[in-house]
Amino acid sequence: MTMSSESSVEVRLPSRLGYEKIAMNAAATMAKDMGFSEDRIDDLKTAVAEACINAMEHGNQLNAEIPMGIVLSMSQGQLEVKVLDDGNGMEAAPSPEKPDIDRKMSGEEEARGMGMFLIQALVDEVEWVPRTEGQSFVRLVIRLNKENE
Amino acid sequence: MNKVQTANKVSQQELTGASGQSITALRYTGDISSASKEPVVGAYQALDKATHRFLLLDFKGVEYLNSSGIALVIQVLMEANKAGQKIAICSLTPHFTKVFTMVGITKYATLYADEAAALAAL
Repeated sequence: MTMSSESSVEVRLPSRLGYEKIAMNAAATMAKDMGFSEDRIDDLKTAVAEACINAMEHGNQLNAEIPMGIVLSMSQGQLEVKVLDDGNGMEAAPSPEKPDIDRKMSGEEEARGMGMFLIQALVDEVEWVPRTEGQSFVRLVIRLNKENE
Repeated sequence: MNKVQTANKVSQQELTGASGQSITALRYTGDISSASKEPVVGAYQALDKATHRFLLLDFKGVEYLNSSGIALVIQVLMEANKAGQKIAICSLTPHFTKVFTMVGITKYATLYADEAAALAAL
């Protein structure tokens, strides 16, 4: 773990399922420190875990030798989490489609495939940035001023 | 399973609801993720569909749940729906009650705050 400044922490983790919990708990610790409520912290934990699972599975093809990067940055009233991988990035629609439970139940749609929807639904801002130079990443933001809305 | 993942276990118990309904509880503990196919789907499939007509999936002991784990729950709901079995779910945290509602699971399974609430209603 690297502390690059007072407000930013960088973690590199192997692309092995289960390690998303380390990123999730690091984000939760910072969010708690910033004064986010428990329900917002739970939202963030799920969003970070799903972003990490996508990075490991789709970006790094579950190759444990390729690390996944997580950069947590606190600034005035918001916490930003970037999850970086070595893939080409997600070609995300502006708003991932809500899972269609009827299609899943009938077998017309895979039971999996809810991660991007959950990320979008649980944080205040999300951006999927395809690889141009360096790594591709997803950027999540939660804001303290949403607490009172 | 690596050291970061918590082993997922399932236990089974026969219960009776307030209406006299026989209910089979499947109680999960640990992590529910892509590594949990056997405890979630396997434990369900091991039950005789003709005798276990009403199931209660109990998440009280679950420490971590992700979308891959939720997909396994959907697989159980799908198979139970085809077999005409009824499924109820209890003891989700408020956060996962919200998530299950967001993905539409409540259309196919009723969520109860805890086992006592489920048994009182069934």
